[in-house]
Amino acid sequence: MMTLGLSWKSIRHRGFTVALTVISLSLGVALLLGVERMRSEAREGFTNTISGTDLIVGARTGDVSLLLSSVFRIGNATQKISWETYEKISKNPQVAWTIPLSLGDSHKGYRVLGTSAEYFDHYRYGRKQALEMAEGVRFADTYDAVLGAEVARKLGYQISDEIVLAHGSGDVSFVEHTDKPFRVVGVLKATGTPVDRAVHVSLEGIEAVHVGWDGSGDHDGHDHSNCNHPAHDHGDHETGMDRLAAIESTLAGEDPNSLEPETITAFLVGMHSRVDAVFLQRSINTYKGEALSAVMPGVALQELWQVVGVVETTLLVISLFVLGVSLAGMLSSLLASLNERRREMAILRSVGARPVHILSLIVVESILLTTASIAAGIALLYGMLLVARPVVLEKTGLQLGFGMLSSWELILIGLVMLVGLLVGLVPAWLCYRRSLSDGLTVRV
Amino acid sequence: MNEPSSNVDAVPAIVLDSLRYAWSDVMSPDLVINDLQVRSGDRWFIEGASGSGKSTLLGLLSGVLAPQKGGVTVLGKRFDDMGGAERDRFRADHIGYIFQMFNLIPYLSVIENVTLPLRFSKRRRKRVSDPDKEARRLLEHLGMGKLAERKVTKLSVGQQQRVAAARALIGSPELILADEPTSALDEGHSEGFVKLLFDECKTAGSTLVFVSHDSRLAGLFDQSFRLEGGHP
Repeated sequence: MMTLGLSWKSIRHRGFTVALTVISLSLGVALLLGVERMRSEAREGFTNTISGTDLIVGARTGDVSLLLSSVFRIGNATQKISWETYEKISKNPQVAWTIPLSLGDSHKGYRVLGTSAEYFDHYRYGRKQALEMAEGVRFADTYDAVLGAEVARKLGYQISDEIVLAHGSGDVSFVEHTDKPFRVVGVLKATGTPVDRAVHVSLEGIEAVHVGWDGSGDHDGHDHSNCNHPAHDHGDHETGMDRLAAIESTLAGEDPNSLEPETITAFLVGMHSRVDAVFLQRSINTYKGEALSAVMPGVALQELWQVVGVVETTLLVISLFVLGVSLAGMLSSLLASLNERRREMAILRSVGARPVHILSLIVVESILLTTASIAAGIALLYGMLLVARPVVLEKTGLQLGFGMLSSWELILIGLVMLVGLLVGLVPAWLCYRRSLSDGLTVRV
Repeated sequence: MNEPSSNVDAVPAIVLDSLRYAWSDVMSPDLVINDLQVRSGDRWFIEGASGSGKSTLLGLLSGVLAPQKGGVTVLGKRFDDMGGAERDRFRADHIGYIFQMFNLIPYLSVIENVTLPLRFSKRRRKRVSDPDKEARRLLEHLGMGKLAERKVTKLSVGQQQRVAAARALIGSPELILADEPTSALDEGHSEGFVKLLFDECKTAGSTLVFVSHDSRLAGLFDQSFRLEGGHP
């Protein structure tokens, strides 16, 4: 095309303003792609927080709040469920496995999760990935603790460090179970899920710490208003001394069953056949003995995402606006250049350029600008990813993909190209009309 | 004497026949020329003050405007038979045009400015074996040999006009239209410029139509005519 070379030289001549246009447009492109990537990773990370679990069971509550308290460990479950009920359901022949969850304590702002060995065997996240140990072993002893990746990294804990659990879930807790320190025996590999932010101990450990502490007899001086720990069911307290004795006998290896908790917060259920989950869910929800809720994680995650998703939609809209503003910037700079280029157009007409050539001169320019901006925007995206990946992973546990552009991202890029072309058509058309009316009159 | 080439020579460069052109707005004067013939190879001076309709006349001669009544025939081709794009192509092939001022495209080099018409006309491109060499030769003839490498924006007005003349002349178009090319030059330089233009037109065998309000130059030309209020 004979006007391609002319367009290019004209762009180079107006280097500074053109560079500004390209920079602003490429920032818009990079922002849009970056937000899109973040959105898709966040959604994927979110819906993959838990997998392989067929039902989450807790005391009667809403689907989302049960999901939040048991899987995301946000907020507290106000009610507990009894160990008897747990045992009863886990013995159901259709049930393959169950994982008890007991929440309520914390360590330096991280939640303490009391659970059983089944947690390591059956808990799945992402695409049915199992938990793996980064170092050390699972808890075996009552006072053993296994740390999530983030807990170990942020607090700088090593194997065999001693940690003290605090009562309640606040960052600063004044009531610490200092008399019962736990020993770090293992650290899990990073999962990008709330598992990374948990301190895992055995159910026995949770019991032991509370029973032992209760046994010290200063219960009245201790404010329980903020904690909902199962071990604080008040029926428990009279038997404090007995249970302490039981723990000690367990520690001596005498009676492994005597440390069974009275209550737990929730439990996860895996079925032999997924189809049976619906029936079990119905029977749990209508269970007469206790007010229970059973939710399917996928359904609850979907429901929760609809709430969280508003944020991501807002982000998308904002980045679209930014892109729109940069495209408007390109339009205005093209329009502004038209006036100073009127003379140029008349000269080109005088040497035989047809109005179509004038039209293509502007269209080619806008295509070149958009293409350059998209290329620069993609380069910027990968540059930002390179810098932001470790930071984002550390702050949010979100694993930003560094891979090739997805087909959706390519569609977005195509759309930007198309809109850039359409935007270029406006000044091109004006210029075309003007060159027809101006003819060879050089207006300055 | 009846060789085809002499027949071609006999075709007048321009024939205007009961030409009428009226603008829709009141400010621009209507142009009325009943009969005008410009022989091939002639140098014509058209005198007209601003508002005399000379821009309209140049627009018609270059094929940018189409006459509403009457005929414009350039090099034996009637413009009223041709479409706009066809007239653009005709202009690219056969007409060299020099503006009053601001003739050059600032982002192109001197040489690129001179060879610009060759991008739009295969016919003129064919007549030039080596565009760069031809541009340099023309610039040399116009006394611009040393300035060929200079930036366009660094040239004086007189130098710019000579580059514009070289551009109009490259590829030897049959007709050169000049729209007050000397208005920005002082008297001495004006005459010098006109004479250079004459020499090059003669070499290329081009017809020259030179429009100016400066009647002192009229004596240098073969023919002259005066436009006043749209009438000769």
